[in-house]
Amino acid sequence: MYEHDVIVVGAGGAGLRAAIAAHEEGADVALVTKLHPVRSHTGAAEGGINAALREGDDWDLHAYDTMKGSDYLGDAPAIDVFAQDAPEEVVQLEHWGMPFSREDDGRASQRPFGGMSFPRTTYAGAETGHHLLHTMYEQVVKRGIEVYDEWYVTDLAVTDHEDPEDRECHGVIGYEIATGNVEGFRANDGVILATGGLGQAFDHTTNAVANTGDGCAMAYRAGVPLEDMEMIQFHPTTLPSTGVLISEGVRGEGGILYNDDEERFMFEYGYANNDGELASRDVVSRAELTEVNNGRGIEDEYVHLDMRHLGEERILDRLENILHLAEDFEGVDGLDEPMPVKPGQHYAMGGIECDENGATCVDGLYAAGETACVSLHGANRLGGNALPELLVFGARAGRHAAGADMKESEISTGPSAQSEPGDVEPPVEPGAVDAGSDDVAADGAAVEPDEVLEHAVQRERERVESFLEEDGINHAEVRSDVQETMTENVNVFREEDNLRQALRDIRAGRERYQDVAVADPSRTYNTDLIHTMETRNILDVAEAITLGALAREEFRGAHWRAEFQERRDEEWIKHTMLAWNDGTPELYYKPVLLESQWNEYEPKERSY
Amino acid sequence: MSTIEQQESDETEAETETETAVESPGDRRRREKAERAVEDEARREAEEAAHEFDEAVELKVFRYDPEVQGKEEPRFDDFTVPFHKGMTVLDALIYSRDHYDSSLTFRHSCRQAVCGSDALFINGRQRLACKTQIADLDGDTIRVEPLPHQEVVKDLVVDMEHFYEQMHAVEPYFDPDELPDDEMEEQRQSRENREKIKMSTRCIWCGACMSSCNIAAGDNEYLGPAAINKAYRFAMDEREGENRKQERLRIVEQEHGVWRCQTQFSCTEVCPKDIPLTEHIQELKRESVKNNLKFW
Repeated sequence: MYEHDVIVVGAGGAGLRAAIAAHEEGADVALVTKLHPVRSHTGAAEGGINAALREGDDWDLHAYDTMKGSDYLGDAPAIDVFAQDAPEEVVQLEHWGMPFSREDDGRASQRPFGGMSFPRTTYAGAETGHHLLHTMYEQVVKRGIEVYDEWYVTDLAVTDHEDPEDRECHGVIGYEIATGNVEGFRANDGVILATGGLGQAFDHTTNAVANTGDGCAMAYRAGVPLEDMEMIQFHPTTLPSTGVLISEGVRGEGGILYNDDEERFMFEYGYANNDGELASRDVVSRAELTEVNNGRGIEDEYVHLDMRHLGEERILDRLENILHLAEDFEGVDGLDEPMPVKPGQHYAMGGIECDENGATCVDGLYAAGETACVSLHGANRLGGNALPELLVFGARAGRHAAGADMKESEISTGPSAQSEPGDVEPPVEPGAVDAGSDDVAADGAAVEPDEVLEHAVQRERERVESFLEEDGINHAEVRSDVQETMTENVNVFREEDNLRQALRDIRAGRERYQDVAVADPSRTYNTDLIHTMETRNILDVAEAITLGALAREEFRGAHWRAEFQERRDEEWIKHTMLAWNDGTPELYYKPVLLESQWNEYEPKERSY
Repeated sequence: MSTIEQQESDETEAETETETAVESPGDRRRREKAERAVEDEARREAEEAAHEFDEAVELKVFRYDPEVQGKEEPRFDDFTVPFHKGMTVLDALIYSRDHYDSSLTFRHSCRQAVCGSDALFINGRQRLACKTQIADLDGDTIRVEPLPHQEVVKDLVVDMEHFYEQMHAVEPYFDPDELPDDEMEEQRQSRENREKIKMSTRCIWCGACMSSCNIAAGDNEYLGPAAINKAYRFAMDEREGENRKQERLRIVEQEHGVWRCQTQFSCTEVCPKDIPLTEHIQELKRESVKNNLKFW
């Protein structure tokens, strides 16, 4: 057994920031990651980091833009804290040596981004995430923080109290990929889940193959509710063949979208006459698909993004990485021809319910970054808000887990935050995979930390053993069927029939998953086993996304429903919550907080 | 269970008992499973051979697993993969794994050339599988091997520990003498200076350069191109002070540092991020000489 004060699961931006913050509070910290820190998907972020740094800008404006962008589904305390902390975090990153793009006076450059009322997006070329990830990993190395790389955390060690709000998290169970060894990691003070995105629930995504929603699924099974899971952001500019992201920076610098008739459709068809190409991502995604559906798409699939008019010098200075991506993954020279783009799954606004200090309703369990939902982005995340999110909330979770005195949170969490029960009737019983035996909470009324951990380790060892020894079907087909139905039915445009179909397919996937086994019997670097365990997580998050989408009967932000073409504020300024409930998802709601100690936000109609 | 099957299974158990008396039930199940896996694979290969694709690529993939029967001896497996335009070597590997042999093992994650985990030896050269278009490769067969000069863990996966150690050896973190008095004030960096270090900051730690380097192959202590490039990134950053720069130069001019480089350019040639590694090493040699001259 390994033992530390704070265990951070995942070593992307949020995990690294959390580890540094906990370390600065004097805690003995360990990072446990299924990759190696520099392989994390934060490295793929391109555009930039929003923070009110310059004269004429103010955190209030950043907060206001974020709330408006969220389509009034964000919680004001989270948004205000975020906008207040972001400048300090960005300057600190600069002090840590981050190679930002520079202005003539030597200060970090800022550029305009969609939905921002001020050019407040700090960036390092079109590879901001890469530099942020490496800069923070360097700081982790400097501080000598322990890293367990290529250790896949498969489960949490949580006490088995009936009420999740009475439960305590004492650590995690790790699977050492190189050796097949299963070990417990005891956390004396806290566990922080920073496992990133869940894009692999879809088959056309900008997310890495490793982004399988592990944190969401583990926390969910441990009794922490998942919040606003239907709010999936589709990025309007991804390369059609691979899903590789073409940064919003291209449109920020002045890139133009054209349909097959070479019309600048954002204006000509009136999708966003105010903002054109720089409208929110959900607006642009729907516009592109509408063009394609109306027969004005190229090869019935995509549209063109043109940046040639920006000139070679500007492109090389600010968007060079985009040239490489278009060339390597689509065979297109962006200096010479427009790039093909279409919407793809990009970001999960929803996730593990937590408060503005990262705390979940399970004592000792925290969440930060994309896997978490504080909720900051509400129904739509603005470009450039993901990187400051992982800095701000990674740091807060790290400090809190290490025992720093954080002010009491304004956001309440857990089942007691419920305001009303939900009433979605799915077409099939969603059902559970091995309900009961697979529950995270120990089943021996164990409350002593070591006992809880030992029990969980034992259970994982048995699970691994049975995967390796039994015969069964390959997970790959189950995984790809779920991914396909999600992209087909739970995409940019959503209809009740399709959502119900997706639920049936996911349910079928669950049933087939009961027969899954691992063909490779090896204990050495068994990726077959890793992918099989990840597929379980994909099933859980896919189901949560679809149930949330079915429940939310309105059109808000990224969530468009054919049957409900209006934002319905009287009824729907509330979060959709899903609780595990022994494997059968239980739906309920909690109110959105439009008021914090600093601001009160009045919902305004979205105008394009 | 039919009588014949019963007999066969009895025979298997009998053989097992005489051959390996200490084999535990778990080990036996694993061994049997491995044997079945080998048989299944052979059958699949036969089926594939009978199947004709309109257009296909032949993948010849290095295989090795130290603990699975029939795979302890390194060998090559052939996979036939249907080809479509835009397909990368990584796509073909994933197809082979998902359709033919789920035990085929390789690292990959972002599949957009930024996580650096799928550097492999493809047709005799270090490349990122995810950004290698099959259409750009010559020949009918694509040969995929693990990075040379690294210890193979299994199939295409190599042990990266030594590479990480060398990266850490250069103290790879920013360390300025002083920060602005106002903690909300950025340090100034000129555009020219950012431009100077820009390429060096693009390293994704894939290890292709180290694997291609003849010197690193023969000298395990040589810092190697990636680590020296990392040192360059900081030594050339004007925001770090002169004293710190001299410390950095001391690290890279040690016995197994920059002077080991014989300017063969193989690192620069294979770098998937086009970092002029050899140039950076040469520049540090010059800096190091200049630095030492001051004290003569």
